[in-house]
Amino acid sequence: MALDRWIALIILIICMAYGYAAFFTMDADLPPFMRHNPIWPSTFPKVLSVMAILTSLVILLGLEKHSGEAKVPDIDHTRLLEYNLAPALALLVLMVAYALLLRPAGFILSTSGFLILGAAILGERKFQYLIPIALLATGVVWYLVQGVLGIFLRPLPYFMG
Amino acid sequence: MLEGILIGLSTALSITNILMVIGGCLIGTFIGMLPGLGPMSIIAIMIPVAISMGDPAAALILLAGVYYGAIFGGSTSSILLNAPGVAGTVASSFDGYPMARAGKAGKALTIAAIASFAGGTIGALLLMVFAPMLSSVALLFHSAEYFALMVVGLSAIAAFAGTGQVAKALLMTLLGLIMATVGEGALFNMPRFTMGIMDLQSGFGFITLAMAMFALPEAIFLVLKPADAHGDGGKITELRISREEGRKIAPVIGRQSLQGFFIGVLPGAGATIASFLGYAVERNIATKEEQEEFGKGSIKGLAAPESANNAACTGSFVPLLTLGIPGSGTTAILLGALIALNVTPGPRLMIDEPQIFWAVIISMYLGNLVLLILNLPLIPYIAKVLEVPRNYLIPFILFFTLMGAYIGQNNATELLILVGFGVCATVLRFADYPLAPLLIGFILGSMLEDNFARSMQLFDGVSFIWERPMTLGLLVIAALLVVLPSYRARRARARQQGVADGD
Repeated sequence: MALDRWIALIILIICMAYGYAAFFTMDADLPPFMRHNPIWPSTFPKVLSVMAILTSLVILLGLEKHSGEAKVPDIDHTRLLEYNLAPALALLVLMVAYALLLRPAGFILSTSGFLILGAAILGERKFQYLIPIALLATGVVWYLVQGVLGIFLRPLPYFMG
Repeated sequence: MLEGILIGLSTALSITNILMVIGGCLIGTFIGMLPGLGPMSIIAIMIPVAISMGDPAAALILLAGVYYGAIFGGSTSSILLNAPGVAGTVASSFDGYPMARAGKAGKALTIAAIASFAGGTIGALLLMVFAPMLSSVALLFHSAEYFALMVVGLSAIAAFAGTGQVAKALLMTLLGLIMATVGEGALFNMPRFTMGIMDLQSGFGFITLAMAMFALPEAIFLVLKPADAHGDGGKITELRISREEGRKIAPVIGRQSLQGFFIGVLPGAGATIASFLGYAVERNIATKEEQEEFGKGSIKGLAAPESANNAACTGSFVPLLTLGIPGSGTTAILLGALIALNVTPGPRLMIDEPQIFWAVIISMYLGNLVLLILNLPLIPYIAKVLEVPRNYLIPFILFFTLMGAYIGQNNATELLILVGFGVCATVLRFADYPLAPLLIGFILGSMLEDNFARSMQLFDGVSFIWERPMTLGLLVIAALLVVLPSYRARRARARQQGVADGD
């Protein structure tokens, strides 16, 4: 089964869960005075879930045929391993780490770390340029966000204030 | 209209707003030039900045400047490197790159700049004429018609995706609508589908979603498959075009500006379709010997897509500003930014906040002028940005997406949502699912439901669908738009099979 049909299957499952929630769980909490309303909070989701289930079934069962030549995609996912998969995954992990560390480790440490490690993952080895650039960019962005936009960002790790 | 123009002039010509235009155009040009980063990603990254400025007119001027700057920058990399940064400028590389290879890079860039300028300016003129007309019609619309109109817009976007894709685009739209129902709606004051997670109480963040759908997958694609584009023409000389060449491209620019504008107005058909169609039309109506030149460095073949894509960008502002319905991913992002700034685009915009509407139009003239003046002499230097090493570029892009999502909600959970959706969006792109419909569906979702609910309450049921002929008509159009392409494909296939059987 091709990837697009797998995705259709996953979306179908999500939509069925969504539809279940809309049809069977939501209306019970509705206060009595709202029951006279022609529209309930669940009305629109019900319509959407039915339509989405039908559409994903169309893709899953291949009812709509491609006409003629298939477009050449940017990346052929069947040969994913031939691309630079490792750095891409490493960057995603780095982003998750950044998300988890931003509050506890403070903005300056986590951001400069993110930029340096990100460039290092991609193969940058000239650390004498990389580290100053990363630190400078971190400082500038921190100043812009904190000073100009006025949004609080804790600059230092939590134990330092 | 004169009064409006004066209001617009006084707003747009303030120092801040002029700086916004220049800044937006420059940022757009720089980033649009980088292969792989389209206008949607750039605007998504710029939104947090625009929103925190607090002034809707300035924000929209900045973002619009970024938008046409990006289209312009994309054509530069199309011409010099054959590596279009923006889908709307792919057609420019057909003839622009052969020209650059033949040592006429400077001339190609000049033609591109002039054609873009003309396209953008003519587009802005048409916008000034058509938008007020359309919005006075739109004032007659009821919430039922709005609901139907949005359905038409959404199904048009799905329909333009092409055969074999309509179901996918439709599914993405529905998914976007479904995601919009998560959280607390204005109409019911009760949380829906939050699964008890507090962070979902206010729904998914629109900036987060925009970043996750466009900026993140593009950055990941850049990592997965490094662009193998290497510019050979470092020297850009001879920016002049001769009088004769000017005479040759003038009618092309005129025709394509008009055509591009009207294609841009249609929902779902943006700069990309306008540029390809413009190229095809000009090739068909050119003389025999000129047709030979197309694809080998024809100046007509370069001028056509360049004026068409800029005019289409301007045209796509018509449905946004008059109906409040975005026709493309980029205008959907602009709509989201405006809503975040407490401005609801629509027919009332021109009455309630005329300064925003007119300032944007005036700033379009300014922006096009800025692009022409600034970029023509500076192109050789600006093109140096193509040499920024990607080892630096990609971490910075990722960092800006993260920062944008964080600033929007001030919440670290948002970053995890961003990464999660980013991975989903990348997988969806692998399977050739279009992502723009999802975002458009998401942004229109709450408005669609509000209008639907309002008409349900007014008519005490779904009777508004058949009691209001205009609503019914629009909904029928919407249904036809979705059903017709697949029906036609099916018929064509059946006929092909019939022929094969006959043999």
